[in-house]
Amino acid sequence: MDVKLIAGLEIHVQLATKSKLFCGCKVGFEDPPNSNVCPVCLGLPGVLPLMNKKAYEYAVRTALALNCQMARFTKWDRKSYYYPDLPKNYQISQYDLPLSHDGYMEIPLEDGTTKKVRIIRAHLEEDAGKNLHEGLDHSRIDLNRTGTPLLEIVTEPDLNSPVECRILAQELQKLVQFLGVSEANMQKGHMRFEPNINLQIIDDDGREYRTPICEVKNLNSFRALERAVAYEEWRQLEEWKHDHDFTLEKMGKQNRGWNDARNETIFQREKEEAHDYRYFPEPDLVPVELDDDWLEKIKAALCELPLAMKQRFIQDYELNDYDAGVLTADRATAEFFDGAVKAGGSAKRAANLVTQFGLKTAHERNCRVNELGVTVEQVAQLAQLVEEGAVSSSAAITIFEKMLTDESDPKAIAEKHNLIQQSDAGALEAIVDEVIAANLQAAEEVKSGGKKAKKARGFLMGQVMQKTKGQANPKIAGELLDGKLKE
Amino acid sequence: MSEKLTEDQIRHVAKLARLNCTDQEIATFTTQLAAILDYFDQLRELDTTDVEPLAHCLPIHNIFRPDQILPSLSNEQALANAPRRDGEFFSVPKILDDSNA
Ligand SMILES: [Zn+2]
Repeated sequence: MDVKLIAGLEIHVQLATKSKLFCGCKVGFEDPPNSNVCPVCLGLPGVLPLMNKKAYEYAVRTALALNCQMARFTKWDRKSYYYPDLPKNYQISQYDLPLSHDGYMEIPLEDGTTKKVRIIRAHLEEDAGKNLHEGLDHSRIDLNRTGTPLLEIVTEPDLNSPVECRILAQELQKLVQFLGVSEANMQKGHMRFEPNINLQIIDDDGREYRTPICEVKNLNSFRALERAVAYEEWRQLEEWKHDHDFTLEKMGKQNRGWNDARNETIFQREKEEAHDYRYFPEPDLVPVELDDDWLEKIKAALCELPLAMKQRFIQDYELNDYDAGVLTADRATAEFFDGAVKAGGSAKRAANLVTQFGLKTAHERNCRVNELGVTVEQVAQLAQLVEEGAVSSSAAITIFEKMLTDESDPKAIAEKHNLIQQSDAGALEAIVDEVIAANLQAAEEVKSGGKKAKKARGFLMGQVMQKTKGQANPKIAGELLDGKLKE
Repeated sequence: MSEKLTEDQIRHVAKLARLNCTDQEIATFTTQLAAILDYFDQLRELDTTDVEPLAHCLPIHNIFRPDQILPSLSNEQALANAPRRDGEFFSVPKILDDSNA
């Protein structure tokens, strides 16, 4: 028997506009209920929606980054459904002429390869409000969220494991944050996932079965997404084993909900077909035409994308996969590190400085690396000091720490605090000679190479460090010492 | 569209719109809607081979507003017409199916 998981994702990303999609109400997360509402987003009679230009441009920017074909002519449609959190009784969305279609996204897999996941479409629509009914005999409706701009991204069913689904979602989060089109804060519900999942089963007789496609609604964390897909993978196989009529042809599609506490999906309803939404063109909004000039302007706002940047760091800067991943986790860090290398710093040393001290300190201070008050030039110079052997790696961390409050260049800071290593071979040689002359017995022990040799060498190195007040470059001093004691 | 509209179809549409209709109303609407569809069938007789599909009846496009916050209603104003409220919230009969599109 051969079982293959087939999954596609529908993702809603909240765009980072200040105001809503069709009215000037503030997009606010923690404001009191029903305080960011007006006649437009309340769906009162006689009002007209007016589209937020930034929301459209953010949507186009993201679609471009997803390698989509851009529609030069796009329009909006009404998707009818009756629900108290949607007071107009229709959602303004896009149906037959979405603003973009046919793109792809590359995702890094755990085995180090990348996978291309096709994007069917990305379109702009409005969010609904919130229902609260926990512990109540009625539902409370808060319409602050109605009319918030959402980008809906739909992938082809190219995902074949729960992990791939999670990776795509995480990469998309990184992408929209890089592009600056969404905060993509999971705690604030800025990203919601709806995976559609079924199995292709080929039994031992070579017969092929397809289990019913199930769409799991409204998952709002990466963990819930991965677990819901894993649960469906297990459940659908069990159901099919129990009854081989558990197939798409016989059962159709269905919607399921996710119960996080019980770690399982629950049947909700048979999936409504598109015509049940009775889509029709939105008469209150005129179409949008995207001409070359405008498209070029939006393209100019695109930046290097996180995966491309990571691969460049690995190839050009010879970083390992882990460090490259850490440095491209957010755009500010990636650009800060990249800036330090472009300002002349050794990539390896700059990466160490940023990952070992910069990120940790930024995390403690709840800011980004570029907000620590240290410039990319300072980091570049510091990285070079380490590279040239002028300061040790541990002294470099001390200097970085001092740079947080001291604007001097790192070399001046190193000198001020006696952190420069003695790398002058001539000066060190004299000290090494002195140490050997004063400790002839230890020198003999090293030369004879016996049991005591290692300990004796350590002792002599210690003497050299002591005489230089810890500032001898240990590599050079060690080489000098070894050279002398071989003679 | 020239197929005959059935009462079941009307019941389905009424259900989607959360409308309770009596059998009498269903019968009435079936006839009325069928008449409207007949009218569209008449329009279909026009030859539209060389006519471009129209997305909107106004010959304009690209009407936008800048991303600027404007004052909203107060909570009291927002709830003023609500048949029922619960504090700062609108109040509606309990919703069991918590899914939305
Ligand atoms: Zn509003």
